[in-house]
Amino acid sequence: MAAIELDAVSKRYGDAVAVDRLSLRVEAGELLVLVGGSGSGKTTTLKMVNRLIEPDAGTIHIGGRDVCSEPAPQLRRRIGYCFQQIGLFPHLSVAENVAVTPQLLGWTPTRIRARIDELLALVELDPAKHRDRAPSELSGGQQQRVGLARALAAEPEVLLMDEPFGALDPQTRETLQERFQSIRRALNVTTLFVTHDMGEALALGDRIAVLDRGALVQLGTPAELLRNPATESVAHLVATPRRHAERVDALLRAAERPA
Amino acid sequence: MNDLFALLPEYAGAHLELSLAALAIATAIAAPFGIAVTRRPRLAPALLGAAGVIQTVPSLALLALMVPLFAVVGGFTARHFGIEIRAIGAGPALVALVLYGVLPILQNTVAGLRGVDPAACEAARAVGMTPNQSLWRVELPLALPVLVAGVRTAAVWIVGTATLSTPVGATSLGNFIFSGLQTRRFAAVWLGCIASAALALAIDRAIRLLEQGLQQRRRGFVWASLALFASLVAGVALARASVAPSGTAPVVTIGAKSFTEQYVLADVMAGFIERGTGARAKTLPSLGSTVLFDALRNGEIDVYVDYSGTLWASVLQRSGAPGSRAAVLDDVRRTLAAEHGVSVVAALGFENTYALAMRAKRAAELHVETLSQLAGAAPALEIGADYEFLSRPEWRALVDAYGFAFRKSRSMDPSLMYQAAAAGEVDVISAFSTDGRIAAFDLRVLRDDRGVIPPYDAVVLVGSRLARERPDVVAQLARLAGAIDAATMQRMNAAVDQQGRAPADVAREWLDAHPD
Repeated sequence: MAAIELDAVSKRYGDAVAVDRLSLRVEAGELLVLVGGSGSGKTTTLKMVNRLIEPDAGTIHIGGRDVCSEPAPQLRRRIGYCFQQIGLFPHLSVAENVAVTPQLLGWTPTRIRARIDELLALVELDPAKHRDRAPSELSGGQQQRVGLARALAAEPEVLLMDEPFGALDPQTRETLQERFQSIRRALNVTTLFVTHDMGEALALGDRIAVLDRGALVQLGTPAELLRNPATESVAHLVATPRRHAERVDALLRAAERPA
Repeated sequence: MNDLFALLPEYAGAHLELSLAALAIATAIAAPFGIAVTRRPRLAPALLGAAGVIQTVPSLALLALMVPLFAVVGGFTARHFGIEIRAIGAGPALVALVLYGVLPILQNTVAGLRGVDPAACEAARAVGMTPNQSLWRVELPLALPVLVAGVRTAAVWIVGTATLSTPVGATSLGNFIFSGLQTRRFAAVWLGCIASAALALAIDRAIRLLEQGLQQRRRGFVWASLALFASLVAGVALARASVAPSGTAPVVTIGAKSFTEQYVLADVMAGFIERGTGARAKTLPSLGSTVLFDALRNGEIDVYVDYSGTLWASVLQRSGAPGSRAAVLDDVRRTLAAEHGVSVVAALGFENTYALAMRAKRAAELHVETLSQLAGAAPALEIGADYEFLSRPEWRALVDAYGFAFRKSRSMDPSLMYQAAAAGEVDVISAFSTDGRIAAFDLRVLRDDRGVIPPYDAVVLVGSRLARERPDVVAQLARLAGAIDAATMQRMNAAVDQQGRAPADVAREWLDAHPD
């Protein structure tokens, strides 16, 4: 497994600075979560890793190799990518969606067929039942399972995930988070994960990087962030899930009190 | 009716061939440009604007404008590369139809590609597709339904507009419609309309099947669509075979303007040539009147009938007092031979002059018998004229001489003009003196008391190629001199216009009555 290294990476749009000389290292096999509010630069940072967005300055290495040393399409075939809108190809079947990157890499049909079934089973979709379906026949949760299978299909060195569970209902989201976590642990794949949901960040991240206006505010394990928040705003951010829980708790107690 | 159905395979075959070729070329041009527009958005305003401007040109005008354009281009290629390009026929019709079909396909290609879900495009990049792979594997398949809808729109437009290619000399189902309107055979008009609508629907259906088949991956649909296209193309081939059984190309091409007398005379001449010389003759009816003389001079047709006064005013561009019938004819004969290489081989023996006519009763009420008297009454009257009359030199000469100032003037189809006069919808019309409807509708021709309108002897014109290569055909045509008098012509015109007979029938009757 390869590590991802960002060194003084910047991106501006006109006068607006999206990412400001950001340096960051995702260790091999680690899941690093990028959190922050809207406009904090977390999605821009993620997309610069597979060059969906080209950085203005700085360098990015995956497994010690500069991402700009080869054409972008070749690079992207070695990187899994999963995003909120899922983006399954509606004119292709589930199996064909999963097979896209292996096909681009020139795998043999036999190898691809075996890989499709293996991945569908991994994301807990019965291959026999789902292989030939159209994406439009699947629920949102099932679609994102296929999205995840597609991202993992070509045995990527690293995985980029941009709020992959953001559009799902809470119950589906939880099931998928758990399934994803166990898959990732089993495959030991290096993952950069963007979310604005602090609960998700705390639940999934080995480490969490808090961004604000394109710059790194704090980097640490969930425990470190909870124990020693670097700023007032980080403290507020990491406390969000707890505040939620307390509010729910208060409601529950009020409901249990005899009227 | 049977004579109409006999022509159906030829007309429908030519129509289909022209339409499918135009549709295929329009798609081959518009789809790549549509793709280019979405790759380079800066091209969009210029390309879509240009296609839009073409669309605003009325289709009939677009077709007609191709003829002089082709003549210029053809002259250039003939001079510099020795390549002959015909200025009339399928060439100009095809180019005009292609231009007409480009816009809907271009617009829908752009709309289809722009409408592709951005998430699918992002996914295509993210999984490692190159821009080309993304276009072919994701964007085009997803844009296909919209693109195909554009092709279907273009197909229906092209098949419909192809009926207008008759006046530029391309055979199509429009031949039924144009000649039917002129000769008041509405069965022919209906046949042309229904057949072209059926073709449009068949092509539309075939494209739709192809799209559904590709989209839903149903081989049956794709095969059905291909079978439908194949049967259409086979239909063209069969039509071809039935039209040219002998396989010999016609030797003589006879042109005709778009009115009854011209259809009858073209058929008379064709039969007369074939009977006397054995040369195969083909008629090219319903050509625009200005197209004809140029087509004869360029050698695209060999023979047609024109009128001495028309040639004197329009081609020789003479004005002033025309002089006697013989003097005008002589002037025309010598000038055409010297300046245009066109021979006047026979004067048929009748005049078909432009004349102003009124309902007899109305003329009596107003005490109008001459054009001088008409000028006095004109400010209260409305004149109806065929498309070209009001812009012809004869009309300007009449206005100069008599000082006409009508309350209103309108252009209309010559076949409807007489009826409009009879019904009192217009007061005065520009009639043709040989038209059988003058008598039938009780109209009165007003006397040209100042002798402004030149004489209009019907003359057979022959181009230089035929004169050089087939002197026997020219000699045979020369025997038509004086063969048809005004009464005969009027009777033949009335047989078509009043009794609904086919021009070819009427011509055959004349030939049968005049054995060599």
